[in-house]
Amino acid sequence: METINKLKNPVFKSLETLKYTFKGVNTPQQTHPFWVMVQKDISDHVRSLRFIILIVLIILTCFGTLYNAMSHLNEALHNTKDPNNMFAFLKLLTATDGSLPSFLLFMSFMSPLLGISLGFDAVNSEHNSGSLVRVISQPIHRDYVINAKFVSALTIISILFFSLSFIFIGFGILFSGLTPTFNEFIRIMAFTTLTILYVSFWLNLSILFSIKFKQASTSALTCIGVWLFFSVFYQIIINIAAKTFIPERASQLDKVINIKKFFSGLLNIAPNQLFTDASTTLLMPSVRSLGPLSFTETLGAIPSALTLTDSLIIVWPQLTGLIAATIFCFALSYYIFMRKEIRP
Amino acid sequence: MKPIIKLKNLTKKYGDFIAVNNLNIEIKKGEIFGLLGPNGAGKSTTILMLLGLTEPSNGNAWVCNYNATKNPIEVKKHVGYLPDNLGFYNNRTGLENLIYIARLNNIPTEIATKKAKELLTRVGLDNNANQKVGTYSRGMKQRLGLADILIKNPSVIILDEPTLGLDPKGIKEFLQLIYKLSKEEGITVLLSSHHLHQVQQVCDRVGLFVDGNLIAQGDINTLAKSIFNEESHTIEIKLKENHESNLNTIKNLLIQNKLASKVSIISEKLIINCSDDNTTPIVKSIVNANFNINHLHVKSYGLDDIYQRYF
Repeated sequence: METINKLKNPVFKSLETLKYTFKGVNTPQQTHPFWVMVQKDISDHVRSLRFIILIVLIILTCFGTLYNAMSHLNEALHNTKDPNNMFAFLKLLTATDGSLPSFLLFMSFMSPLLGISLGFDAVNSEHNSGSLVRVISQPIHRDYVINAKFVSALTIISILFFSLSFIFIGFGILFSGLTPTFNEFIRIMAFTTLTILYVSFWLNLSILFSIKFKQASTSALTCIGVWLFFSVFYQIIINIAAKTFIPERASQLDKVINIKKFFSGLLNIAPNQLFTDASTTLLMPSVRSLGPLSFTETLGAIPSALTLTDSLIIVWPQLTGLIAATIFCFALSYYIFMRKEIRP
Repeated sequence: MKPIIKLKNLTKKYGDFIAVNNLNIEIKKGEIFGLLGPNGAGKSTTILMLLGLTEPSNGNAWVCNYNATKNPIEVKKHVGYLPDNLGFYNNRTGLENLIYIARLNNIPTEIATKKAKELLTRVGLDNNANQKVGTYSRGMKQRLGLADILIKNPSVIILDEPTLGLDPKGIKEFLQLIYKLSKEEGITVLLSSHHLHQVQQVCDRVGLFVDGNLIAQGDINTLAKSIFNEESHTIEIKLKENHESNLNTIKNLLIQNKLASKVSIISEKLIINCSDDNTTPIVKSIVNANFNINHLHVKSYGLDDIYQRYF
C-alpha cells in the first residue's frame, strides 16, 4: 500500500482524504488533479444536451415498458406452465405482449447507444479544440486524461442505471402491489451491474475510436457501424458460414455437433450476444443452459427455476467475456493515446 | 549564471524528415527570446520537446535544471505554455477556465479563485470574467491565455505565435504586457513567431530558424551581421548624370580607393555595398569627381532584408 501511495496514485490519495473526513479532521482543501478532471468531465456530460436527450429517451423506455408489462402481468402470472411465474416481479422486466419490446430488450438496444454517445468524441473533440494540449501542458500525467474520461462516464452510467433500477422497482411496487423477494432484488441488481458493464464496453470502444479518428462524426459512425454489424450482420454471416460447413447428411453425428458448437461459440463472442444471454439467464431463472444440450443432458430435467447461485454460475463466462472485451478496448486506447503525439 | 533553458544537440526526426536539426540554444533567466522562422521551420516541435510533450530523437532539453524528456512533470510545474490556438473550453466562463487550470496545478479552489480574479483584472478582463469564453474576441482570448499561464506562477513562459490573429493595436498592447511582465517579475519568455517586426519590438535576443536549422542567434544587429557579413551597409544613390555610362568611372573610383566592395545598378539607382559605414567618404569622392547627387539613401540591413532572404 505504501509503495502504491508513493506512486501518487490518485485513487489512494482520495481514500486518504476519506480517512481524514471520517476522523472529522479538516483536510487540506485541494483535490487531486485527477479528480478535478473527473469532476469537470462529469459536469460536461451532465450539462450536454445529448446526454439529456438520452436520459429522456431511457426514462420514456422505462415507463413505456413498465406500463406494457403491467397490462400483461395477469396473463403472464396465470400461465402455470411457465416455470418463471414464481418470480412475479421479474416478469415486470421481461413480460410483453409483443407490440412493444420488454424492458430487457430495450436495454440491450439502448445501452450501446448510451455508451457510444458518452465516448465517441471524448478525445478528438478536445484535440480539435486545442484544449487537450493546454491540459497536458499542466503538471499532470498524460494518462489522467483518458482515465478521467473513462471514470467520469462510468460514474455517470452507474449512477444513472442504479437510480433507474430503483425507480423501476419503486414504481413496480406502487403500481402492481407486488414486492420483490430478496432473490429477485439481487437478480435485478446483478442485471443492472451487467448493463453497466455492457455500456462500459461500448464506452471504451467509442473512446478508442475517438482517439483513432480525428473527426467526431467518423468515430461516431464507426461505432454505430460496429454495433450494427454485431447486432444484425454478424449472425447472418455466421449462419451462412455454418450452413456451408455442416454436412447435409448427418453421417457423423460427433463431427456435426463439433462444428455446431464451434459456430455457436463464434456467435456467442459477439458482445450483444453475451449481454442478451447473461441478462436472460439472470431475469428468467428457468434458463439453465446457454449452449446446445444433448438429449441425454436434458433427459429427466424438471422445468423449474434455478437458484440465484446457479444462474450466476451460468452467466459467469459471459460476464468474464464482457469484462475482457472492455479491458481489451481500454488497454488498446491507453496504449494508442500514450504513444500519440499531441500537437496543437 | 546558469541558463534557465538549455538545448543541447536537440534533434527531432519524423522518418526521414528532419524537423529540428542539432539545435543548441541557451537562454538566461529574465530574457525574452524570440524563435523566428517561417511556417514549418520546426518552432512548434522545439517547444513541444521543451515541454516534454514530444520525445527528441537525439539530444537533451533542460528547463529550470530539469530534463524535459525524463522529468516533464517538474518542467511543466515551472513552465506556462500558451499554444497558438489557445484551447479554452468555450462553454465555460473565463473565470472557470482559469480556476480549472489552477486546480490542475494543485492550487486549492479558494486560492485559485482569488488569484484568477486578480489576474483577470491585471489583463483587463475583470468585466468579462463571468462571460463564456465562446463570446470572447480573439484579443480577449489571447489576454485570457496570458492570465491562464500566469496562474501557476511560472518562471518560464512559452508563447507559440502569440500575436496570431490580433489587430495592430492588440498586438502592441499584448507585446507590451509581455515585456512588462518579463521585466517586472523576471519571468523568462520564449516566444515563437513569423512576424519579425513584432518580435523586434520586445525580444532581447532572437534565434533564426529555417528548415529545422538554427542559422543565427543574437540581438538583431548581430543577426544582420552574421547573415550579411561584409555587405552589411548599402548606399543608394541617384545621380543627375546617366548611370550606365558613368558606372565604370564610379566603380573604379570607389573600389580602387577601397571604399566599397560592389557597385551595381538596380532600378535606376546606384547600389553601393560596403562593409563599414563609409557614407561620407563615398559621397565626398563622388561629389569631388563632379557628379551631382539627386537622391541619397543609406540602408543598414534590418529584419526586412532577413525576411526577404529567408521567408
